[in-house]
This record gives sequence, C-alpha cells and structure tokens, in this order.
Amino acid sequence: MLTRLKTLTLPLLAASLALTAANTQAAEITGAGASFPAPIYAKWAEGYQKATGNKINYQSIGSGAGIKQIIAKTVDFGASDMPLKAADLEKDGLMQFPTVIGGVVPVVNIGVKPGEMRLTSTVLADIYLGKIVKWNDKAIADLNPKVSLPDQAIAVVRRADGSGTTFIFTNYLSKVSAEWKQKVSEGTAVQWPIGLGGKGNEGVSAFVQRIPGAIGYVEYAYAKQNKMAYTLMQNAAGNFVAPDDTTFKAAAAGADWTKSNFGEILTNMDGKDSWPITGATFILMHKVQDKPNQGTEALKFFEWSYKNGGKMADELDYVSLPDSLIKLIHTSWSGIRDSSGKTIWSGK
Amino acid sequence: MMATARRKRSIGDWVFFNITRLFALLTLLMLGGIIASLVYGAWPSLKHFGFPFLWTPDWNPPMEKFGALIPIYGTLITSLIALAIAVPVSFGIALFLTELSPTWLRRPLGVAIELLAGIPSIVYGMWGLLVFVPLFSKAQPFIAATLGKLPLLGALFSGPPLGIGLLTAGIILAIMIIPFIASVMRDVFEVTPPMLKESAYGLGATTWEVVWNVVLPYTKVGVIGGIMLGLGRALGETMAVTFVIGNTNSINSASMFEPGNSITSVLANEFSEASQGIYTASLIELGLILFLITLAVLVFSKLLLLHLSRQEGRAT
Repeated sequence: MLTRLKTLTLPLLAASLALTAANTQAAEITGAGASFPAPIYAKWAEGYQKATGNKINYQSIGSGAGIKQIIAKTVDFGASDMPLKAADLEKDGLMQFPTVIGGVVPVVNIGVKPGEMRLTSTVLADIYLGKIVKWNDKAIADLNPKVSLPDQAIAVVRRADGSGTTFIFTNYLSKVSAEWKQKVSEGTAVQWPIGLGGKGNEGVSAFVQRIPGAIGYVEYAYAKQNKMAYTLMQNAAGNFVAPDDTTFKAAAAGADWTKSNFGEILTNMDGKDSWPITGATFILMHKVQDKPNQGTEALKFFEWSYKNGGKMADELDYVSLPDSLIKLIHTSWSGIRDSSGKTIWSGK
Repeated sequence: MMATARRKRSIGDWVFFNITRLFALLTLLMLGGIIASLVYGAWPSLKHFGFPFLWTPDWNPPMEKFGALIPIYGTLITSLIALAIAVPVSFGIALFLTELSPTWLRRPLGVAIELLAGIPSIVYGMWGLLVFVPLFSKAQPFIAATLGKLPLLGALFSGPPLGIGLLTAGIILAIMIIPFIASVMRDVFEVTPPMLKESAYGLGATTWEVVWNVVLPYTKVGVIGGIMLGLGRALGETMAVTFVIGNTNSINSASMFEPGNSITSVLANEFSEASQGIYTASLIELGLILFLITLAVLVFSKLLLLHLSRQEGRAT
C-alpha cells in the first residue's frame, strides 16, 4: 500500500516541482473573449514575448464565451466588449478594467465622400426604426444643404452576429431615443425593426458597398482601412464631429471611471469634441486568484502593454487610454488578492 | 494441443466481439449523451416558454422573449427549395452518366462531381455572397416580372431584388447537395442488373422507359436514401446559409426573395456572444429542435421505405 502511494505521489511531486520551475523561467498566460480587440492583443503578446520571453495565448471566441470561460476559471483573464454591471461582477467575484478604445461609425452608400454627410442622433434612430425611409427626407435634407440627396429608399444594414459593435451602437440609440429604448433596447444582438443582417464588419460593409442607398455601421478601424464613406455625427454638446483618435479620446476623458468599477460605456458623452458612439473594451479577472502567480504574470503583461503598446495600438487604429486612466487601473489592481488575502500586485 | 489453440482462437473472438460491441454501444452512449445535454441545457427555456416557443415569431435578446418560428420556417423552406432544385438535376446527372454518356466521359465527370462534394461549405458561402448574389440581384427583377406574374405562385417571387434571402440560400444549398445526391444515384443506377435493362431494351423500350420503369423501381431505396442524405445536409448546413440568407428575424410576406433566418445561422451568429441564462438556453433549444427535425426526416424516410417495400410485387 505504502509503495503504491509512493509511486503515485512521486511523479505528482516531480510534476509540481517542474511546474514551479517552469513558472520562474517563462510564464504562459491564457485569455479568451472579445474578437474586436483580438488583433491588438495578438500584437501586444508578440511584443511582450520578444521583450520578456513570456507567452500569452489569446483566443478570440466572442465576449459572451469569454465571460463564460473566466467564470469557469478555465482562463487567466477574460475579455469583453460589454462592461459587466457591478452586481454581476460582485456575484462572480470578478473585476474589470479597459484596455483600448474604439469607435463605431455610420457608413453610407449614396455617392458621398467620407465625412461629407451629417447626421444627428434623432435622424439615425429614426432611420433604424424605419421612420425615415427616403434619403431626401426633410430631416436629412435640412442637415445636409450642400449634399444632393437622391429620391431613393434607405436600405438599412446591421450586424447579424452578436457583437460588441452592435452593443455600443444600440446603447447609443437607447440613450438618445426614448422610442428606441422602449421598442428595441440594447444588447449584442437585438430584435431589429428593419434591415438586412451582414456577418461581421466585412459582411456589413459588403452589403453597404453593394446596395445603392444603404446605411450601415462598422468599427472605425474597418471603415478607415476600407475608405468607406462615414458620416459626421452631432454629439451631446451639439457639435458635428468626425470619428478619429482625438474625438474618441475626448469621449474617454469625459467619463468618471472611478464610480462604476470602470464599467463606463462611452456613448453620447459630454465634451465639445467627443465622438458620440465610442466604447472601450474590457479585461475581466477574478478578484481572488487561485493561481496568484498566473494572475501576477497577466497583470505584468497588461502593465507592459499600457507602457509600450500605445504605438502598436495606433498602427492598428485603436486608441490607447489616457494616462490618468491607466494610473487608476494600476491602483485598482491592488484589489486582486490570493486566497490568503495577500495582494498579488506589488504596485509600481 | 489442438484444444489450447482452439481456446486461444475463441479468446481472440471473444475479445474482438466485445471490442466491436463496445464501439457500437459508444455511439448509442454518445447519442444519449447529446440528447441529455441538449435537454439539460435547454431546460430553463423549455420550462419558461413551453410549447408556444415553436410558433412564437419573436427573437428579442434584450427583452428575453424568444420563439423559434422564423428559424424553423427558414430552415424548412430553404431545404425544400434545395431539394426541389437538386433532385431533378441530380437525377439528370446520374441518368446521363449511367445511360447516355460516352464511356470516356464517365470517369472525368464522375470525379468532378465527387470533387464538388469535397469543397468546404465556407467556400460556397463566400462564393455565394461575392459572386452569386450580385448576379442574382440582377436576375431577380426578371424573375419577378415573369414567374411573379403567375396566379398564386406569383406571391413567392416578388419583393425587393436584394440578391440575398431564402431563395438564394436555397439555390446555394441545392448546388451543395447536388454532388451528394447525384453520386449516390449514379452508384445505385449502376448496380441495376444489365439483364433487366437489356430485356427491356429488347422489348423495344426507349431509354426513358427503361429508366422510369426498370431502373428507378429497382433502385428506389437507394435513390430515396440519397435524397435523404442531401436533405440532412441541407438542414444542418450552417456557414454557406449564414452568408446569404440575410439573417433577419421576421417574415413580412410569403416571398422567397425576403431575407430570413435558419436555425443553424442563428446559432452560428449568436451563440458566442449570448449572455448566460434564458438566452443561451433558448439557443440550445433551437439545437434540440433541429435535432428533432432531422430525427423526423429519418423516421419519415424509414416509413416511406417500409410502405414501398409492402407495395412491392403488387400490380400497378
């Protein structure tokens, strides 16, 4: 019996020793979730591995699936385009913090150049509610005296798959239109009153570019790289602004990140330069870490990325966070503890 | 000496028998496991919505109101369109290959059809969206002006010519299942005993009469099997359909030009982003419904075959 126990425990002991030894050499961190930030996480992971030798595996499986994975503790961090509500964070013992900012932009196909056309929140909501059905509707014409608007039906295009982009877009429409909030509401997928569904940004853009008179919404990076005709939007302060990194940053600067556990949705923010359909993407981690070493390594990766990853983010048309916000995030990390209650982040 | 050898052989037989039995049981176990986990996962939705889930047209994630009517409708309609196109075409292909084609052409054509069956479905989807849809949207006004003018049937071919929708999905599905049905039909047509056919030809029957009255009755079990194989694939096809069906959870008219949704495309689109609770449970219930539809198709085809074999030998 004793020998049998020995034969069982010895390899186990050896394995655990080998594991701890491996930990001091090169850590391997896994994360899973949102697909919107996947390109920048991959780029950061590549740079981080070059700099430190540590490996980050990120699986782009969608925000909903990422949340399920982190709750089940199969990954070291989860990623979601939709911030969790304080109550949900509390329930599952999670904390969240933003990594990069992106914007959602309306794109049109009526023979205008990017940025030539102006829309307001009300007009956008009415188009997606099916109340404005022609491009030469008076509400659109009044905003665009210089654009020759055709007497053409508006073909509404939206995402077919559940997505963080849809969440930001419908969250914005819910904030600006009481009718939208009551009839459709917000979410990664909603019951659209009208329109065609394209799969992914590429699906939406394929339909918008093919169907004359179409309007759709895509991520800013996607619209920019494909030179799509985005529109200007009127923000909460009443100014017409174009989507770019300065207007996204302006929206992020106007948020009060401390009061909501970073769960800020940056739509319809105050500030004269704010792009109204902006949103951050989030990382989720357990507040009490079963494997504190893994947790610390994950935090080290994000610290490195905030410090060195800004340029990579710009190259991929994401917007990095303002410094004041990064400081707040670093402070929040001291709230992550191991099972004995000791903080796992030394804090720099 | 002899006895031990025999015992050894019988031990080998015993081991072999039990291993194969284990494999066979494993399939049953897996089937049972899949059903159990589907029911378990769908339970919150089954309990909350009950049977009206089947005929509720809502699919509203923020308000948590779910119903399967539109995905079920889309799945059945696109599969029916696919069968309506694929069965006659496949029959023609198989007929040509076995009876009419010059011998040197048979092999390359047969290989080409089998190659078509090997193309991944996502390729059909992308080809459908990028190549077929723009062409079809130009053809739709013509269809609406001709077929759309027919009494009764006309309502099926009206509406805005967007190029995507139920009809497009059905046509793409038809292209995808033709190789399956055609190759099964060809294989079974080939096993018809030449004596039967030659006797019929000897009696002065035309090629059509031989095929319709001799080959088809002789091979009907295989032909129906091939059609069911194609139908099964059409019901479960996901990627290609998702690209071209329009992914719209509403039915505005009977028109086949309307965008719709199928069970598999709802699952593919929404599962990864679905929040936990009733939303995920409703999606799993959709999977359960698709499973039951496939089961019903299988049962129906078995019953049909039983009925046919009972009719066998009776004067017609």
